[in-house]
Amino acid sequence: MTAEQIIFLLFAALVLVSALMVVIVRNLLHAALWLVVSLFGVAVLYAILQANFLAVVQVVVYIGAIAILFIFAVMLTRREAMEKGRQTRNNWWIPAMLGLLILTGLVVLIFNFPNVEQTAAALPVGLDTLQALGTALVSPDAYVLPFEVASVLMLAALVGAVYVATVDKK
Amino acid sequence: MQNQWLYIGLFFVIGIIVPVVPLVFARLVAPRKPNPIKQSTYECGIETVGESWVQFKAQYYVFALVFLVFDVESVFLFPWALTLKQLPLFVVLEGVLFIGILVAGLVYAWRKGMLEWV
Amino acid sequence: MTFWNNPINFIGYWLNSILTGWHLPAAIASVLLYVIGIIVLILFAMTLDIGLVWVERKVVARFQDRLGPNRIGPFGLIQPIADIIKMVIKEDITPDGADKIIYNIAPVLAATSVIVLWAILPLASTIYGVDLNVGLLFIVAAGALGTLAIIMAGWSSNNKYALLGAFRMVSNMISYEIPMVIILLIPTILANTMSVRGITQAQSGMWFAILSPLALLIFLISAIAELGRSPFDLNEAESEIVAGFHIEYTGMKFGWFYAGELLHAFTFGGFIAILFFGGYGGFFGLEKLAALAWLNIPFVQALVFIAKAMFGYWVIMWIKYSVPRIRIDHMLAFNWKFLVPLSLVVLVNTAILNKILIVLPNWLYVLGMFASNIVIGYVTVEILRSYGRNQRKAEKLPDSHAQTQEQTV
Repeated sequence: MTAEQIIFLLFAALVLVSALMVVIVRNLLHAALWLVVSLFGVAVLYAILQANFLAVVQVVVYIGAIAILFIFAVMLTRREAMEKGRQTRNNWWIPAMLGLLILTGLVVLIFNFPNVEQTAAALPVGLDTLQALGTALVSPDAYVLPFEVASVLMLAALVGAVYVATVDKK
Repeated sequence: MQNQWLYIGLFFVIGIIVPVVPLVFARLVAPRKPNPIKQSTYECGIETVGESWVQFKAQYYVFALVFLVFDVESVFLFPWALTLKQLPLFVVLEGVLFIGILVAGLVYAWRKGMLEWV
Repeated sequence: MTFWNNPINFIGYWLNSILTGWHLPAAIASVLLYVIGIIVLILFAMTLDIGLVWVERKVVARFQDRLGPNRIGPFGLIQPIADIIKMVIKEDITPDGADKIIYNIAPVLAATSVIVLWAILPLASTIYGVDLNVGLLFIVAAGALGTLAIIMAGWSSNNKYALLGAFRMVSNMISYEIPMVIILLIPTILANTMSVRGITQAQSGMWFAILSPLALLIFLISAIAELGRSPFDLNEAESEIVAGFHIEYTGMKFGWFYAGELLHAFTFGGFIAILFFGGYGGFFGLEKLAALAWLNIPFVQALVFIAKAMFGYWVIMWIKYSVPRIRIDHMLAFNWKFLVPLSLVVLVNTAILNKILIVLPNWLYVLGMFASNIVIGYVTVEILRSYGRNQRKAEKLPDSHAQTQEQTV
């Protein structure tokens, strides 16, 4: 067990546990904050993979924008609107068994891939990952069309949000 | 590269410990004499009126939405900005097109009155 | 590598040799060295923070035509230490109904989000934490953590003024983050790198403040809004909502909010110095002369950096103590209707002109970029003036009609 593996296991466990807590806790704001912890754990996993840009973007966009949006949405509800009912359904063992079945299937599938236990090849020395990402995003034979389509997608999101908010006002 | 994030991780951990130390010290040293008047909610020296929950203006949420879209846009622009030196002029125009489409969205939100505070 | 050239690595190697001489495994020795280095850097930042309390109080006093603290120690220099002792021994009152866990985490997170910025701040060409190649976005990420701390503080205090203050402050901060991130793209384009140290080194020829003064202005305004200082201090509108999101905090917890804000202001002064004024270097190529070679010593560079950061901090304080507070709707309108379009225009202009003019000789390039900024500024001012003129006409018309009618009758 190298130190890297230990750190990975630790933070993967953190992500899973905090994701579980998001669903379990009764206080809505606490749930939103556990989500923040989970997203932060994912950012750390990106950092372990040496994806610097993605790690920082995860914090900036997910924690700085989306989590804040969730928290604002939580605050739109009244404080009394906290879950006061039971936490489990009547036949909870059916979905639990299904989930376990799917998990086993996935694990078997992944371990039957060829070369799954090999460590990944190291990046070529001198490769500037940021520049490579930038070049890939703008060169015509790489991903420039998805790049421009992404802006159209965001325009659609903005227009949709404005429309929904306007209808609500009236 | 790995050492960079290790450094930042250690920095973060120590950065959490450093503010906590005086707080713990203060907890040991400071007096603790709670009484109900001291612990009541502060409202400029008078008794609180109504419950301490205010109607959240929906306008905050709209601003957060617009902010989200522009945040993601500006994050997309960072890799683009790094390639401008090496690649020819049309790359700059690709980015201008990207920004232009989103400016159209901003103008739409402006005209629809989403950016007002009323 | 001597001590004067590269102090941190020199001391690092020396300590490393001692530690491995004691038969410590190399990995643990390096981690230990990291920890020692981090503690030294953070202690330096904290000491600076204590000094900043004194600077702030003296400067605000002089702006308000009074003396400021001058009783404790010569020129009141021991005042901040007295402040800290006072805050530590004050009783820690937690309001009932407060959400205890979040209530206690919020000030710690607010302080941490500022301290963690010092990991990437280069004090000299060889005195820095890490040279992260996404340094600029790291700054924005630390700001996101600060925003989270404010929401946590406001919500957990169980106080409607705290909640109001927190909402307004967070809307303020997220709105002004957009022009800030867009302007951060401009040093990225000009220096072709996102690392903070790379941007400083790219300014050895010409400061970015001269290549793009509008970017400097917009960054200054957004930075002041991000810090939550006047004229954007909606959260601490003392005359309106009595200290905003940190109403219910006493003693050292309030101390961390306050000290965190001052250190944040100084750190942003440091970033203004790095991004636009050449940071620890930026002597327009003068340091290559043999007579001025002493400018390359890291300690001199660190002093230069701190001096520039102090200048940035002084400008921020100057604006704070001269300008009245702006109303929330004006503030948000100013951001979304003026700053965001303007910063996008400046970005597009910089990107296109940088590509076109880079082939020209250097002085023509500098002149072209500077002139384009002046043109954009002039056009913006003209647009604002005509808008103001139209507003005034629209408001005057009913009045002047009424006046002429009265006169004829």
